[in-house]
Amino acid sequence: MTVTEDPATQATAPEKEIGRARLRKEDARLITGRTTWTDNMVLPGMLHLSVVRSPVAHARITNVDVSAAADAPGIVAVLTGRDLADEQGSIPCAWPVTPDMVNPGHPSIAVDQVNHVGEAVAVIIGRSRTAAADAVELVDVDYDLLPPVLDMEEAVREGADLVHESAGTNTSYHFVFDAGEAGTGTDTDQAFADAEVVVSRRFINQRLIPAFMEPRSVVVQPQGDNYTMWSATQVPHILRVMLASVTGVPEHKLRVIAPDVGGGFGGKLQVNPEEVLALLIARRLGKPVKWTETRSESLMTAHHGRDQIQYIDVAADREGNVKGLRVRLLADMGAYLRLITPGVPALGAFMFPGIYKFPAYRFECDGVFTNKVPTDAYRGAGRPEATFAVERIMDELAVELGMDPLELRRRNWIQAQEFPFTTVAGLEYDSGDYDTATQQALELVGYDELREEQRRRRESGDPVQLGIGFSTFTEMCGLAPSRVLGSLSFGAGGWEHASIRMLPTGKVEVVTGSTPHGQGHETAWSQLVADSLGVPFEDVEVLHGDTAIATRGLDTYGSRSLVVGGTAVVKAADKVIAKARKVAAHLLEASEDDLDFTGGRFSVRGTPGTGMSIQEVALAVFAAHDYPEDVEPSIDADATFDPVNFSFPHGTHICAMEVDTDTGFVKIRKYACVDDVGTIVNPIIVEGQVHGGLAQGIAQALYEEAVYDADGNLTTGTFVDYLVPSAADLPHFDTGNTVHVAPGNPIGAKGVGEAGCIASTPAVVNAALDAVRHLGVSDIRMPLTPERVWRAIHQGGDGGDRATAGSNAYGGAQTETTAGVSTPASSLGGDR
Amino acid sequence: MTQVSMRVDGVSYTDDVEPRTLLVHHLREQLGKVGTVVGCDTSNCGACTVHLDGQAVKSCTVLAVQADGAEVTTIEGIAGQGAPGAALHPVQKAFHEMHGLQCGYCTPGMIMASIDLLNENPNPSEAEIREGIEGNLCRCTGYQNIVRAVQQAAGEMSGAATTDTLGAQA
Repeated sequence: MTVTEDPATQATAPEKEIGRARLRKEDARLITGRTTWTDNMVLPGMLHLSVVRSPVAHARITNVDVSAAADAPGIVAVLTGRDLADEQGSIPCAWPVTPDMVNPGHPSIAVDQVNHVGEAVAVIIGRSRTAAADAVELVDVDYDLLPPVLDMEEAVREGADLVHESAGTNTSYHFVFDAGEAGTGTDTDQAFADAEVVVSRRFINQRLIPAFMEPRSVVVQPQGDNYTMWSATQVPHILRVMLASVTGVPEHKLRVIAPDVGGGFGGKLQVNPEEVLALLIARRLGKPVKWTETRSESLMTAHHGRDQIQYIDVAADREGNVKGLRVRLLADMGAYLRLITPGVPALGAFMFPGIYKFPAYRFECDGVFTNKVPTDAYRGAGRPEATFAVERIMDELAVELGMDPLELRRRNWIQAQEFPFTTVAGLEYDSGDYDTATQQALELVGYDELREEQRRRRESGDPVQLGIGFSTFTEMCGLAPSRVLGSLSFGAGGWEHASIRMLPTGKVEVVTGSTPHGQGHETAWSQLVADSLGVPFEDVEVLHGDTAIATRGLDTYGSRSLVVGGTAVVKAADKVIAKARKVAAHLLEASEDDLDFTGGRFSVRGTPGTGMSIQEVALAVFAAHDYPEDVEPSIDADATFDPVNFSFPHGTHICAMEVDTDTGFVKIRKYACVDDVGTIVNPIIVEGQVHGGLAQGIAQALYEEAVYDADGNLTTGTFVDYLVPSAADLPHFDTGNTVHVAPGNPIGAKGVGEAGCIASTPAVVNAALDAVRHLGVSDIRMPLTPERVWRAIHQGGDGGDRATAGSNAYGGAQTETTAGVSTPASSLGGDR
Repeated sequence: MTQVSMRVDGVSYTDDVEPRTLLVHHLREQLGKVGTVVGCDTSNCGACTVHLDGQAVKSCTVLAVQADGAEVTTIEGIAGQGAPGAALHPVQKAFHEMHGLQCGYCTPGMIMASIDLLNENPNPSEAEIREGIEGNLCRCTGYQNIVRAVQQAAGEMSGAATTDTLGAQA
């Protein structure tokens, strides 16, 4: 085969793809219903799993009788924890944040004791989904009840009931970062002793549920001693390694595929008990199996997020110069440590100082066991909690000092000319300009008119008051420099891998180790490669999510995909060009040094009309009839990129909020934000990520809370009770950007996936408080339900728990998830 | 078992179903119409929305036997049968052009609900769109681009020029 086609006519340099609002390649299958969700999978002879779950939060299992279930029609087998005890190992925890961290181990299925409602106690294997589901009720489990441990402040007291008796404590770990000791700041105690003003608060960052729209689902197909697992996961590569270590199935005998995955938000960054169980059962029975959860199971047993009690103190002088920051956290681990459960609050440790120049800083965190489902990553993972605390306390300090909250922030934030700036937490912030972003956001929101309206409403005693809240935030993204992760005792690195395969017809396959589930990698990576290689956007196909295709990868979380994974793609493209250059030089009978490469074509400098495209080089090395002696006949290339630093997106978010003081109803009147996420590869994808993040951050402030009753029943176990907002619940967002290129990667991107979620929550709460502070309200617990807001205005305090026992809104009534479990406390209220 | 007959996306099917079978499970498990998905078990999320005799229903709230003799349209049947290059329904096209989806799991239901909304109100305001699709949950988009998509589709379906193109290029 030889190259016979005439070279394409010398084209003018094509439009740059980076920065272009390309519509997504992914959409074609998603908008027509031609998708490959895991639950769509049907295999010959496939069996269906249904999980029998504990209805009690804390108990010893005294007997499990599966005989009736095993005899039911269509049931192939019923397995208990005892049956699987010897092979199930423990769900892995990859982040032992301290050397003495207590990890009691996390069985996928309970053997002797259950530690949260919803924990698996038996698995039904049936011929059909319905047969397996029907038999769940036929399993008879005897429980010897233990006192549930639910309140963190009680759990850490001397003599408290214990979640894990053998651990001897409910405290998993005590993690400390002290800037004075680390050499990144001055002595914190001294700073507070010397301070003119100290403001202290206790904030509740409530428990949330990631609530991805696609329920978790897993299919395992055994083939001899090989296993293929399809799972609705964010992390097929991590899952493969971890499953191998947990189950003993050798890593090279296990292939994990994440097909179309319907959202994750950290909630699918996990090694799920049901994934382990599906693999064990497929191995035991030698048959393909499927497990797909119901929404109730998902809300009850997939990991939750947040759940911190934050004690935060800020020290300042009377002029508003901050002098020190002290943070003590109680972080709810839930009943067990899952993949990065303990690391989430520890990751936040470095973000509490925010964008401010605190000279002194001390952080302490206790990870606390309770009889609830484990917490783990949820969009932002540690950073929203930190941002909430610092942005709330800055407002409280401003009130104490009688200063404008923005003026206080401006006085203390890092100035544009000070980048790169090493913070008191030891992070080197890369680039940005907080003042410019703030100016743009003020214009976008129409600040002066809103303040004027606020004054009018206040003076007229309008029952609907207006408040304006700020959040000037930053975050650490691009997880992560492997050496830094190592220094934080994380069990893996933070690099990412890419391969580029140049096909004979000139088409390009890009293989990425970063696994998308809605982020648009197929589109954005095509843009990166089209620019690098000078090939048409349409000629690029992006492959991902299958460990047999994308053989190396660390998947998608922590706003890392473009920053780390995209950079690996660009570096692989650079290698392709370098390899192609040698071949092109040979074919063009020119020196490599005399070749220019622009617009996808090699041309000999000073010789117009000569040259060949990189796609022609791909065909030439496929034919391999004529190539240099000293090279292999391939221009394919791999690259692995390990960042040296995190990236630090930042932005200013402003919320204007109406609060009806008669009813407690709050309504976002306007929301504007200006985010700096570095270079923008695709503006519509970036805007979409910001929108989605805002929705989730606003939902934390206004709607969502995972509530447990006094017995440890999740009372928000359906979408009736767990309030994922609808279109009618959310406002229009006005978004904008400034661009300060990230110096740490060649794309210049900082990451955008979590920004909106991290920034928005405190802006919303600060806005509500700004509306009613003159009525004596200084805090309202999230979510700001009308009931809480009304109580805070009319009865003082922070609005209290979501509802008091005995009131209509109290979540203690028997629902599907609490049926069969009743105590004096739970029988008090509820009309559901 | 009860025998049910229905036309789904233009094809007639007759099957035996357990009386308790939900329409969505019949569509997915017996007819292979897996474009329609299940997102919850309380009829809150709307991911399973299809058209039953031209009206949007959450197919997890309808028994298959209730659809006996009915005409069912799913996301797979609204245009072009999904073939590459086939014409899209204006609402599908608008979701693509306005970036009204990310993970895409809610999208089939969201599109079916939006078509129903536009059938009833061809020129809805932003507030009417937000109210009109509040039975469908999306966790990715924050809804703003879904609202834009419905607005664009409304314009296209009523023959008016589209106003908001997001500056996007195909």
